[in-house]
Amino acid sequence: MLPEDDTSAVVLDESSQLTLRELCIACSLSAEQVMALMEEGVIEPHRDAGPMVFSGVCVRRVRRVVRLERDLGVNHAGAALALELLEEIEQLRARIRRLERR
Amino acid sequence: MEYRDYYQILGVERSAAQDEIKRAYRKLARKYHPDVSKEEDAENRFKEVNEAYEVLKDPEKRAAYDQLGSNWNSGQDFQPPPDWDQGFEFHGGGYTEADPEAFSDFFESLFGRGGFSQHGFHRGGRQFHAQGQHTYARIAIDIEDSYAGSKRQITLKHSELGADGRPVIKERKLNVTIPKGVTEGQQIRLAGQGEPGMGQGKAGDLFLEIVFNRHPRYSVEGKTVYLDLPVAPWEAALGGKVPVQTPDGKVNLTLPANSKSGSKLRLKGRGLPAKEPGDLYVVVDIVTPPATTDAERAAYTAFRDAFHFDPRTASGRT
Repeated sequence: MLPEDDTSAVVLDESSQLTLRELCIACSLSAEQVMALMEEGVIEPHRDAGPMVFSGVCVRRVRRVVRLERDLGVNHAGAALALELLEEIEQLRARIRRLERR
Repeated sequence: MEYRDYYQILGVERSAAQDEIKRAYRKLARKYHPDVSKEEDAENRFKEVNEAYEVLKDPEKRAAYDQLGSNWNSGQDFQPPPDWDQGFEFHGGGYTEADPEAFSDFFESLFGRGGFSQHGFHRGGRQFHAQGQHTYARIAIDIEDSYAGSKRQITLKHSELGADGRPVIKERKLNVTIPKGVTEGQQIRLAGQGEPGMGQGKAGDLFLEIVFNRHPRYSVEGKTVYLDLPVAPWEAALGGKVPVQTPDGKVNLTLPANSKSGSKLRLKGRGLPAKEPGDLYVVVDIVTPPATTDAERAAYTAFRDAFHFDPRTASGRT
């Protein structure tokens, strides 16, 4: 029923590009919900004239914010703050791991 | 099936007020949230806490649960008494917005019969189409796998509705090609590999989040890779060619004379591959051999006599 092998693995990184519609589908959110997160600065579209384009990393950011809101009862602003702090902690932990090994 | 003490899981008394339960839940949710916590067992604890709250936050479910009595201990073998929930009316099905797959058999047996409302069945003969849910998993790879790209077989668990309308857990194996240059925290999307859709709805996608296995000598920050290079004191002082095993293969590195411990040598573009690849930093780590034989001790003595070196003054290590 389901194919055994994937042929379509796509990395969602800075260089991958998603339209608003694609981002909504990937995150299972409505356009209004995604726009609200845009207003909060969680994600930023590239704006070279024409329609909005988002980078692949937005998927992870949006999904994390949604989980934080749902599970911890924080609002957009609180989740956005937590997201930024979490990303900083990740970088610091990676650095600590490197420095502690020596 | 094991009895679960939801009050114990949340750390509250059976007589706790609703706001007290909420407070306890929020505290534990912040502590064990998989996005926030770095504790090993965070995900399981978080599921447990969520399940407990799912029952205790809802006065209807809580009353039904309380009715089982307080004589049960966590982990004790449990079968729900027949018609145990008679006289209780559950609104909105057994589940709410929480992830139903995370719940235990114990929860299923008590509250699961409301059905998978959000999965949508055929109702009243009307055809129902819905896209399958996206699914998410983590995949741990070695740093070298990102350099070369790799193939992995992963086993995914998902629930499907069985013939009797109750969910059954099924396993599925999938061969995944990990593309070159993935970094920690990055997601890979496999279109159509999530849950199957209903009716003519498309299947959801599978998202895999990359984590790197820890390596004794390599570490990664973004696309930048660091590598510890142990060198002998004479190699550091005299400089010269040193063979280095990098994640990308062997290179012969020219070590400058008088390299200091902790100094970094940059190999441009030899970090994780990408359109703009990261850099590889070789970090010099001077290792001094212990003096155990007379000859070795004599060598150190000669060493000492040749230098007027006090590492504790400014002219020493900086």
